[in-house]
Parts: sequence; structure tokens; C-alpha cells
Amino acid sequence: MELILNFIENNLAMITILVLATFVGIEIIAKVPTVLHTPLMSGSNAISGVVVIGAIIMILKADDADYITLVVGSLGIALAMVNVVGGFAVTNRMLEMFKKKKK
Amino acid sequence: MGKEIIDFLYLISIIIFIIGMKGLSNPATARKGNLVAGAGMGLAILIALLTPMLAGTAVSMTKYVFIIIAMAIGSGVGLVASKRVAMTAMPEMVSLFNGLGGATAMLIGFIELKNYAPEGVAGKLAAVAGHADLFTGSVFSSVFALFIGAVSFSGSLIAWGKLNGSLRDNIKLPVPQIINVTTLIAVFVLSYLIMAGNEMNFTLLIVLTIVSLFYGVAFVSPIGGGDMPVVISLLNSFTGIGATVAGLIYGNNIMIVGGILVGASGILLTILMCEAMNRSLISVVIGGFGASASSA
Repeated sequence: MELILNFIENNLAMITILVLATFVGIEIIAKVPTVLHTPLMSGSNAISGVVVIGAIIMILKADDADYITLVVGSLGIALAMVNVVGGFAVTNRMLEMFKKKKK
Repeated sequence: MGKEIIDFLYLISIIIFIIGMKGLSNPATARKGNLVAGAGMGLAILIALLTPMLAGTAVSMTKYVFIIIAMAIGSGVGLVASKRVAMTAMPEMVSLFNGLGGATAMLIGFIELKNYAPEGVAGKLAAVAGHADLFTGSVFSSVFALFIGAVSFSGSLIAWGKLNGSLRDNIKLPVPQIINVTTLIAVFVLSYLIMAGNEMNFTLLIVLTIVSLFYGVAFVSPIGGGDMPVVISLLNSFTGIGATVAGLIYGNNIMIVGGILVGASGILLTILMCEAMNRSLISVVIGGFGASASSA
């Protein structure tokens, strides 16, 4: 019990951010129309590529001689960049198609 | 001084993300919203690259060479793939992209666990009681990032294979529910052993990675092809959570908030998609029936 209370006390700011951001995430898409389900999924998929930042940080703070971290981190950056760039580009193509269909 | 500037700039990219996603959920502004979100991502990546300069720490050029080459290759592949993909093959492309993001979360978790300093390992679980940061730099966040990233990666590959027809829909593991539960229990036990051990056990780490990857396969494979869009949305949400947990390792706000935005909205979007298809999320996830129900 004390363990849990200490945990909450020590991480209160982080927990607050997580809870509030969860509500924001739910609120901003609550009224999305059915036609936009797939583009929204694709667009938010591109945003989840934000994990690329983690791979960049991982490399920047690694030891210069730690080649395993450098190589694996680079692989991570490359994969996440495919997710980011490909994700936004595919979403853009989807929405272009959507616009033409509408008109 | 430097850290405050970095955090403030990250806050601006968070705001841009939220505006972009808000735009994406409205037909009139969707295209602009996507571009705005993309700009937010560009800013966030730029800040991450400039962090050593802003914080005044020296970093060797070699690292930047690694980073820039990796970014160029990844961006190039992503751009070409997105231009070449047929309109009808978009959902499977999204699934593949999503899996790659998950793979990155997995790699981050793996490397952070592998590099875990022995002196920090003692009292990893006891750290909950006294340590100021359970999340930051912790084994808990790393294990979680590894697990959820791996599930998202292998699950997305299965979904991709099922959608493009290279995996036949009727290939199923025997008694999928039992395998699922057993695998999940194995993940919990392995995670506990890694977190409770006195030093990082590399063998356990490898086994956890393999079991986590297998869980993604076991989780998605019983689900029918007709339900794949819902599953992709769910896995997309997983990747978001993976990004959040990886962000917790470094105490990085843009990853934490950007990830949780995708994680939370992804779950809601998954439920909305199920409703649009007149299915319940439970029946999709329990699967097995999915194939027959959607083909009937």
C-alpha cells in the first residue's frame, strides 16, 4: 500500500500528463465521421512514429564505441522514419482521393 | 537553461500534433490537418537532433552520420513505398508502416535493457518505494516498450500478410485462446524475472523478445481477414502506447504525449470502427469467429 502511495507521490506530474493526454486523445476524435476512419487511422499511425525521437536520443547518449547501440539505433531510426514519412504521405494520398470523390 | 528551451519547443510540437489530429477528424480540414501533424513531427525531430547544441553537450560527428544516413534511408523508402502503393492496398501499407514503428519501440526497449548498468539493477522493484523516477530510465518502462513494440511489430506483419493474401486466412494455431493466455502468462513471468533479477540476464531478454513477438502472431492470427482494419487500428494504438512507454524511459514529453494521443484515440477509433461494422471489439479480439462471421 505504502509502495503504491509513494509511487503516486513520486510520479504525480507524469501520471497527470498521461491521464489528461488520454482525455485529449479521446476528445479530439470523438465526432469523427465514418468516411474518415481509415485516413485518421493512417494519420495517427504516422504520429506514433514519434518513437523515432527515442531512437535519436538513444544514439545521442550512447558511448562512441558502443557500435551495437549505434547500429541498432540507426535501424530503429530508419524503420520509424518509414513509418513517419510513409504514414503522412499515404494519408495525404488517401485524402486527395477522398476530395476528388466528393466533388 | 537548455533543458527548459527544449521542453518548451517540444510543447509547441505537442500543440501542433493536437491541432493536426483535430483537423484530421473533420472532412473539411482533414488534408490540412495531416500536413499540420507532419509539420509538428518535423519540428519534433529537429529539436531532438539539435538537443545537444541546445543543452550545450558535445556529441561526436560519427553519431550524426549514423542518424542522418538512417533518416535518409527511412524517409526515402517510406516516400517511394507510399507513392507506389495501389489505392486498394493502402490498409495493408498502413499496417506495415505501423509494424515498423512498433519494431523501433521494441529495439529501444531491447537496447536499453541490454545496456542497463549493473549498479542500477539492484533493487529495481524496490525502486518503486524510494526512487524519485520509477519510469525514467527504469527497467519497467523498457520491458513494457519491448513487449508492446514486439506485439505491434509481429501482429502488424501478420495483418499485412493476411490483407495482401500472402498468408492464407484459414491458417490458424490450434486452440488459439489457450495459446494466447499461456503466452501472455509467460510474458508476465519473464518480465518479472527480468525486473526482479539482481543483474541483467541476457538470455532472459532474448527469450522475452521471442515470446513477445510470438504473442503478436498468436494474437492476430486467429482473427479473420474481414476484421483486419479493426485489428490494424488496435495495433496502431499499441504502437502509440509503445511510443509513450519508450518516452517514459527518457522522460521525453513529446514521445509520451504524442504516443498517448495515438494510444487513446486509437482505442476509441477501434471501437468506432467496430460499431460501424456492427461488431463488438470483444468478438473481434476473441477472433476465430471473425472469419466465418465476415464471410457469411
